Amino acid sequence: MATSEAECLCLCLQLTGTVCNLLSLIFQGCFVFKPSAKKKKKTLSLGEITFVLQDELNRKILDSLLDFTRKCSSTRQHSDWASQMRASEIPTAALVLGVNVPDHDMTFQSLSELLQQSVTPHVASVQAKECGGEGLLALVLERLMDTVVTVDDEEEEETEQTSTQLHKSVHCSLSTLCDWYNAKTMKSKTGTPGKKRSSPVRDDPQQPPVVIIFKDLEAFNPKVLQDFILICSRYVERLPLMFIFGIATSPSTIQHMLPHSVSSLLCIELFQSLSCTQHLATVIDKLILTPQFPFKLNGKVMQVLMSIFLYHDFSVRNFIKGVQLALLEHFHSQPLSVLCCKKKEALLNVMQLSHHDLESIRHLLSFRRYVEKQEPQEQLNLFRDDTHLKEVCQKLIKDLRKYHKNYYPVLRCLHTLTSSLPRYPLGKQVRELHLICLEKNVWENEDYQTAMKLLKMLAKDELIASLQRCVEILQPVKSKKMKKALVELEELLAKFKQLDSKFLLCRLTWGLSLFSNNSYCWWNREWKSTTLLEMNESRRAKKLSPFEVLRNEALEFIDGLVKSHLSPPESQTLNEVCYYSSSATVRRHLNATPRTSIQAALSSPYYYLQNESLKTEDGTVSNAAPDICIAYKLHLECGRLINLYDWLEAYATVVSAAEGNNPDSDNVRKVEEVKHARFIQAVSELEFLGFIKSTKQKTDHVARLTWGGC
Amino acid sequence: MAALLQHAGYEEERLLRVAQQMPCREVQAGMLLSLMGQPQQYSYPSIFIYGHRASGKSHVMHVLLKELELPHATVSCVECVSVALLFEQVLLSFFGCDAASLLPRSPSLSDFVRIYRQQCSQSPAKQTRYIVMEKAELLRDTDANLLPALLRLQELVEDNVTIILLSEIVWDKFRPNTGCFEPLLLHFPDYSKGELQQILSQDRHPSYTAEFYSSYINILLGVFYSVCRDLRELRHLAALNFSKFCEPLAEGKVKETDTHKLWRNIEPHLKKAMQTVYLREVSSLQWEQMQQMEEKESGALRGLSAHTHVELPYYSKFLLIAAYLASYNPARTDKRFFLKHHGKIKKTNFLKKNEKTSNHLLGPKPFPLDRLLAIFYSVVDNRVAPTASIFSQISSLVTLQLLTQVSHDDQLDAPKYKCAVSMDFICAISRTVNFDIVKYLYDFL
Repeated sequence: MATSEAECLCLCLQLTGTVCNLLSLIFQGCFVFKPSAKKKKKTLSLGEITFVLQDELNRKILDSLLDFTRKCSSTRQHSDWASQMRASEIPTAALVLGVNVPDHDMTFQSLSELLQQSVTPHVASVQAKECGGEGLLALVLERLMDTVVTVDDEEEEETEQTSTQLHKSVHCSLSTLCDWYNAKTMKSKTGTPGKKRSSPVRDDPQQPPVVIIFKDLEAFNPKVLQDFILICSRYVERLPLMFIFGIATSPSTIQHMLPHSVSSLLCIELFQSLSCTQHLATVIDKLILTPQFPFKLNGKVMQVLMSIFLYHDFSVRNFIKGVQLALLEHFHSQPLSVLCCKKKEALLNVMQLSHHDLESIRHLLSFRRYVEKQEPQEQLNLFRDDTHLKEVCQKLIKDLRKYHKNYYPVLRCLHTLTSSLPRYPLGKQVRELHLICLEKNVWENEDYQTAMKLLKMLAKDELIASLQRCVEILQPVKSKKMKKALVELEELLAKFKQLDSKFLLCRLTWGLSLFSNNSYCWWNREWKSTTLLEMNESRRAKKLSPFEVLRNEALEFIDGLVKSHLSPPESQTLNEVCYYSSSATVRRHLNATPRTSIQAALSSPYYYLQNESLKTEDGTVSNAAPDICIAYKLHLECGRLINLYDWLEAYATVVSAAEGNNPDSDNVRKVEEVKHARFIQAVSELEFLGFIKSTKQKTDHVARLTWGGC
Repeated sequence: MAALLQHAGYEEERLLRVAQQMPCREVQAGMLLSLMGQPQQYSYPSIFIYGHRASGKSHVMHVLLKELELPHATVSCVECVSVALLFEQVLLSFFGCDAASLLPRSPSLSDFVRIYRQQCSQSPAKQTRYIVMEKAELLRDTDANLLPALLRLQELVEDNVTIILLSEIVWDKFRPNTGCFEPLLLHFPDYSKGELQQILSQDRHPSYTAEFYSSYINILLGVFYSVCRDLRELRHLAALNFSKFCEPLAEGKVKETDTHKLWRNIEPHLKKAMQTVYLREVSSLQWEQMQQMEEKESGALRGLSAHTHVELPYYSKFLLIAAYLASYNPARTDKRFFLKHHGKIKKTNFLKKNEKTSNHLLGPKPFPLDRLLAIFYSVVDNRVAPTASIFSQISSLVTLQLLTQVSHDDQLDAPKYKCAVSMDFICAISRTVNFDIVKYLYDFL
C-alpha cells in the first residue's frame, strides 16, 4: 500500500546469463533503463520480464485510455450541433487503480509516455505532495512548458529563460499557457506562419490536447482542485484541456471531493484497471511457476512474501522487490549458487568447482540423504573422489532440472481439476496449491483426499472439459515423461468419447428388450416401480457403470502423476542450489519491526555492539552497558509511574559498581554530578524513544508507556 | 422590447444588437446603461450585481461592454490567487504590457494605485473604464483593505473608472466591520419558466424548424423545471436528449407537428436522464453512447456512485474496523467490548447523559493512535507483530481519505484520527473478514 521499508530498498537486480563461471549481478534502477539496452541479450532477465509483464497487464486499459483521448480531441474539432453544445465540458478519465499505490507510478509512467508518443506532446502529471498549497497551477505550467524545453533543443535557452521568469513573476496564469500553446501550434504549422494569434482555435485541425494527470486524486486538497477546475473551465474554449484522475479507492470519491457545480464542468468516463490479485497471479505465473528461471523460492519464503502482499500492502511491485531481494541474498550467501543458472553453464560450472566447494556439497543435507541411500562402495567414492563427485553432481543437476520441468505442468493440471470443486479444498489460485506442494507431499494432505473424493463424483461433461484443459497444458511441454502422460491422457479422453456413443446404444437396446417383454403393461404403475427398483438394485450391487470405471481410471492416472512429480523440492538432492530458504532474512528486511529492534538493542546491547564485555546471560544487563541500557533495564522493574529520584539512586549504584567503587566510600558524592548528568541524558533519550513521558499526576514522577517486553 | 434600451450616448443599431443577444434581461440592461451614462461621462464608482448561478450576470456585462466597445477589464477572482495577478490583469488590459511589467514582485495596493495614476496621467480616460470582477465573493477572503479600496477606486486613482462586482451572494454578507463605500446594488432575478423557454429555444438545431425545437424545450421544461432551474444545466440536458427526441421523426413514424406522440416517446427517457446525467452519475459522452445502444443493453452501464467497493489488504481492513469502533464507541465502553471478564454493565446507568444519544447521529469522534492500536490488536484474530508496515498502513488510510487526521500534521506525538467511512461501507468490509461489527457497536447493543 504505502511506503514500507521495502520501498527504500529500491534496487532492481538483473540476473544475466553470462559466460563466465561466476554470475555477474547487475544492479540497475528498474525503470530507468532504455529499451535499446536489451537488444543483445536473448534471455530475458528478471527485471526485464517484470517490466514487460507490467506493460502487458496495463496494455488494455492504457489502450482504452488512449482511444478516449483521441476521441475527445477529435470530437472537439467536430462542429456538429451536439458537440458544440457540449464544448464547455472538460473531458475527464477517472482511472480506478486500486489501493496498491506504489504500483501506480509504473502505470502513469507508461501512460504519459504512450500519450506523448501517439497523441500529444503536452502531458503534465502532478502528485498531491508536490503541490501543497496553491502551487498546482504553477507546477502544471512548469511541467507542460518544461517538457517542451526538453523536446526542442533549439529553443532551449530562450524558453528556459522565459520559464524561469515566469515562475518568479506574476505571469503564472492559464492565459500564459494559452498564448504559449497558440504559439506552439502556430509554429508547428509550417504552411501558414503569418496567421494571427487571435484566429479561433477550433479551426485548426491539428490540435493536440493538453493532458493533465492527477496521480493521486484522494490526496489532493479538495479546495485547490475545485479552484483549479473552475479556472480551467474558463479557458477550455481556447485550450483543449483534458484530465486524468488516478483514483485509489472508488469513483464515488469524485463526488465526495467535488460539488455539483464543479463536477458539472467535467465529462467523466470511468476506467477500471485489473485488480491487484489478478495482477499478482500473472506475475507469479510468469515468474515463479515456470522452469525458465533456475532460481526458486522455498515454501516459507513464498509464504512470507505472500503474507506481506495479502496482509499489508497489495503491492505487486513490492512483491517483485521481495523476490529480487531473495535472489540477491541467495547469490550472496550460498556459495553453491554458482550452479544456479542455465543447464549448460551449470554443467560447466560443476567441472570447475574447487575442492572447498565440493566439501560444502558433501555437507548439504539433501546430499547426505542421497549418499545414505547408496551402496557402501559408492558412498566411499562420493566422499573421497572429487572427479566422481563432479560427475554425480552433473547427473543430479540434470535430475533437478527434469524435476522442475515436470513439476509445473503437473501442478497446473492438478489445479485445473481441483479449482472448480465446491469449497476449493486445494485453494482457488495456483499459488495456494503451489504452497501446499512446497511444504510436504501433497497426496498425504487431507484436503487432497477430499478433493479426490469430490472428483470421483464429478459429472461426465465437467470431467471431460477439465481433462481437455489438462491436455492443453501438457501439449507444449517438451519432457519425455510429460509427452508420455499426454499420450495416455488423450487415450483416456478418446475412451470417454467412445463411451458416449456406446452408452446411447446400450440404453436403446436395453429399453427395447424391456419393451418386448410383454408380461407387464406399458402404462402399468406396477411396472414403473419395479423397473425403477430393478435399476437401482443393479446400480448398487452391480459393478460400476463403464463411465465410472473410466472415471476412476482417469483419476488414478492423475493421482499417479501427482505422486511421481509433485513431491516437495526439499526431497530433491541438491535443492539448496536453486532454492532460497532463509525466510527470516526476508521477513527482517521487508517487514521491519522498529520497536522490537529498539527493545532488543536496549535489553541486549551485545547483539548490536558485539563488544565482548557486554556479553551476559539472558535477561541481565552488564554494568558496563551504555547508560541508556541500564536506565531502560531499571525502568522495566517499575510500575506505571516511576519516581525519578529512586531511579537515579538505583542507576548511580549500578554505575559506581561498574567502576569498582564501594558505594559507601566518600568520593561517591563527587562523581555524583557527572552521573547525574549521564542519568538525565539517558532518561531524555528514553523519552525521545517513547518509553516514558512526563506526567502531571505526581511530582517528580514520569509515566511508563510500554508494557510487555517483546 | 428594444425600446427599453434607449440611450443618448449610443447608436440605435448597436443597442438593437445588444438587445438581441440578451433576451429577458432588457430591464436589467437598461438599468445598467442608465447607471453607466454616456461613455465620456463619469459613472458611479462601484456597482454590485447579484443573482443566482446562470442568471445572466456575466453574459449581460460581457455583451454590453463588448458591443458598445467600452474599455474594460474582466477578472475572475477564482483565478487571482494573489492580488498581484488581479492588479496585473487590470493594468494589462487598460495600459498594455509595459504598465503591467512596472509592478514590483509582490505589489501592494498602493503600488497598484501609484502605477495606475502614473499611466493614467499619460493616457487619460476619454471614456469610462470598467473593471468587472466575477465571483466577487472570493474577495472577502483576501486582504481586508482590498474590497473597500476597490469600491472607491475612482477617488483613489482620480480617473473615470467603475468597478462592477458580480456575485451570487447578497451585499450584506460582504460589508466589512469597519464600514465602506456603499456600491449601487442591482439584482438579477431568476428566469421564469416562460423566459427559460424563450432563451432555450434560441439555440435550435439548424436542421429543424424553430417551432419544433421550441415544442421540444416545452416538453423538457415540463419534466425538469420542478427539479432544476439552472439555465446551463437545462441547456446541457436539452442538447443531450435532442437526438432521442428526433428519432421517431427520422424513422418517419410521426410528423413534426404530432407533439403528443413525440412526448410519449421522450418522456420516460427524460425521466431516466434525470436520475443519471443530471446527477453526473453518467457522463454526457456515455449517455450519448447509451442512446445509440439498444434499450436492453444500456442497463449494464452503472453510475459513479455504484462503484463503492474498495479492496483493501487484510490488516488494513481490521485497522479500519478498529478505527470505526474507536470513533463511534465511547472510550469508557472499550472495557465492556474488549475485555474478557468485564462483568455486566447496564446501558442506562453506566453512561453520562450526553452519551445516551446515538453516536451515529453525532458523527465520528476523534481518537488517539494508541486506542486505535489497542482495539486493533484485540479485534484481529491472530497475533500481529507491531511492524512498520502496520503503521504505514494507517498513514495510507489517511491519504485514501478513509481516515482523517484530526491533529495537526506536524504533531508526531500521539496523533488523533477520525474514521471517515459510512456504516454501510464498514459493514461490507467486515463481512469480507467474517467480523460481526454490529455486535461491537455500542449504539446497537
